[in-house]
This record gives sequence, C-alpha cells and structure tokens, in this order.
Amino acid sequence: MKAKIRKIATFVEETRREMEREITPPTRKAAAVAVIENPCAGKYVEDLSELMEIGEELGELLTTRAVAALGISGPDAQSYGKAAAVGENGELEHAAAILHPKLGTPVRRVLGKGAALIPSSKKRGGMGTVLDIPLGHKDAAFVRSHFDGMEVSLNDAPRANEIMVAVAVTDSGRPLARVGGLKKDQIKGEDGLR
Amino acid sequence: MPEVVVRKKLTSVEEIFHEGGPVAANPLRRAAALAVIRNPFAGSYVASIEGFMDDLKPLGLEMARSLVAALGGDSKAIQSYGKGAIVGSAGELEHGALWHVPGGYAMREVLGGAKAIVASTKKVGGPGTRLDVPITHINASYVRSHFDAMEVGINDAPRADEILLALVMTTGARVHARVGGLKASDIKGEDGLR
Repeated sequence: MKAKIRKIATFVEETRREMEREITPPTRKAAAVAVIENPCAGKYVEDLSELMEIGEELGELLTTRAVAALGISGPDAQSYGKAAAVGENGELEHAAAILHPKLGTPVRRVLGKGAALIPSSKKRGGMGTVLDIPLGHKDAAFVRSHFDGMEVSLNDAPRANEIMVAVAVTDSGRPLARVGGLKKDQIKGEDGLR
Repeated sequence: MPEVVVRKKLTSVEEIFHEGGPVAANPLRRAAALAVIRNPFAGSYVASIEGFMDDLKPLGLEMARSLVAALGGDSKAIQSYGKGAIVGSAGELEHGALWHVPGGYAMREVLGGAKAIVASTKKVGGPGTRLDVPITHINASYVRSHFDAMEVGINDAPRADEILLALVMTTGARVHARVGGLKASDIKGEDGLR
C-alpha cells in the first residue's frame, strides 16, 4: 500500500427516535476515517499523482470498512459522501488530489453502482478538526430525503504532516424526512440526478 | 421506575497502527459504544432515583456485547475498559452517577468477571460536549501501559432532557507504551489493583 496509515476509525450512528417518534427501522450512517502521512507536507509539490493513487487505495479500503460496519452488502447502501482534512503543513489541493481524481471508482465498485456525484467537503485544520461529510443518494442526487451530513472527528488528527480522509455510507435517509421532492422509489438512476 | 428510551446509538472503533514509532504487529483497537437516552428525572429535583440503575442493566449489557463484537467478537481479547456519562442541561450530575453500577457490571459480566474497578468520568453539558473516557486494565488498575483515554461525543447529544451513556473497551496497551511500571504480564489479578 502506498498510503502510510497511522490509524483507522469507524463510526456507526443509529437513530431510533426523533421528536418522540419511533424510527422503524432505525436510520443508520457509517463513516470510515483513515489518518495518513501527507507525503507532500511542508513544501510545494507540483505533481500530486502520489496523492491521487493514495485516494484510489483509500476509496476501496474506507468504503469496504463503512459497509462492513453497517453489516450490509454494498448494493444495499443508499447514500454516500466523502471528505478530507489536511494538517497545517499541507495544502487544500492535497485533499482535492485524494478525493477527486481516483477515489470514486473503487467506492462505486464496492457499492455495485453509484451513478450520482459523491458529495464532498474539505478543509485544512489542526487536531480535532471536525469534518461534516455531506451525504446524497448514490444513484440520484436529487432524492431529497437523503440530503444529509455526518459529523466525524478524531481528537489527535490530523497532525501537521497528516491528512484525515473519510468516506460515509448509509442504508437510509433522514429519520423523519417530509419535505417532499423526488423519492427514492421514483428514481431512474441513470443520469445520476433523478 | 421509568422506561429506558433510546434516541440514538453510536459505535466507534479506532485501529491504531503507530504514533510515529514502529508499526505495531497487532494494531491497538479501541471501541466506544454510546447511547443517548431520555433523562426521566430532567427538569426537577427527584429524591429517589436509585431504582433506575436496574432499568439500565439491559442497555448496559447490550452495549457491552456490542463492544466485544466491534472488537472482533472474542471477549478474551479485551484488556482494558472505562465508562462515562454526559448529562444534558436539565439534569444533574447525580443522574450520570446512575451509570456506575449498570455500566460497570455489564462489562464485567460480558468479560467473564474482570477484577479491576472500571475507570469513569462524568459531566453535565450541551449537545456536542466531548468526554475523555478514562481507560485502565480490566484485572489490575496499576498496569501502567494500559492507562489511556478515548474521546467520545455526538454533535446533537445530549439534549437538555437526555443523558449520553458511554462504555469503552480496548484490545491492548498504548501503541508505544514505554514508561515502565507494572506490566500486564506481571499482575496477580487478585485484588483488582496489581
């Protein structure tokens, strides 16, 4: 593996009640987070292909971990998202190199499909930086019930020369979704939008 | 006593490969199980609250079992533990103390009679409050390599009338433990201390 991983964390959040209403089945979100060494920290590096390849590795690893944490098969995932936080000696572009060119293909391979854009966010920050991973339906970005987010953080990451990379997967939408819009059973799932 | 009403649960697992030193042959794994429950005593002073400890026992067992499962399923692999609670703003610190018995005994039961006291902490706080749950060896509190802590929290909990309950287990010592003291291999494991 190209990525030098210091730690991996998984989070599974299960919501059983909201506003005193029972949620059946509970909504569930999982995130897998890897803390890696940033090979480009502390200097300007023109060619970021090493980070792109690391992104490809992490796309597979983190999606596999998140799906396993939910105990579902990849195709049963409903929405997804990704995010990265770069330590203070790195550049926002390093997060972009990990997240955008190559990470998506293995995510979609693990999930069977994934016609929609993978929503993403990125930032630079110190240890304990909180990532809000945006979430959207994996096959149709306009499914309104699945617009959501998941917050993750690790108190000891990212260090100055590290990058924290996260992939989130769900098997459900928001707990009490009721603001209309496109529903998941109405989608075509061809163009990634509807 | 009142029913235990769970709004949401969060399970997080960290797998730590190194912290700047040699990569561990067996990565340290730490897991936390969190449950957000309604605080039946929120908003007023209730003199008699002790009975709620019995009501919390099934939840404690469920959380302890979920931790063993999250760490691979073998209770023999668990080496240290801790517990904690965050009480929402309409409650009092004493409500967090209700977790000592059901949380601690649940872990001992699942681990087959651990000897050491379960390290703990508690506080009153708003949504997003973080808690550093202290961790010590399950059979001998003085094992220095296993003094540790895991930071936990949930961005939307505890609400004012809720309590966030936490249990933590690990599979080993700090990843680069090297400050001497009582070793896990030297304990007698009779009095829970050494």
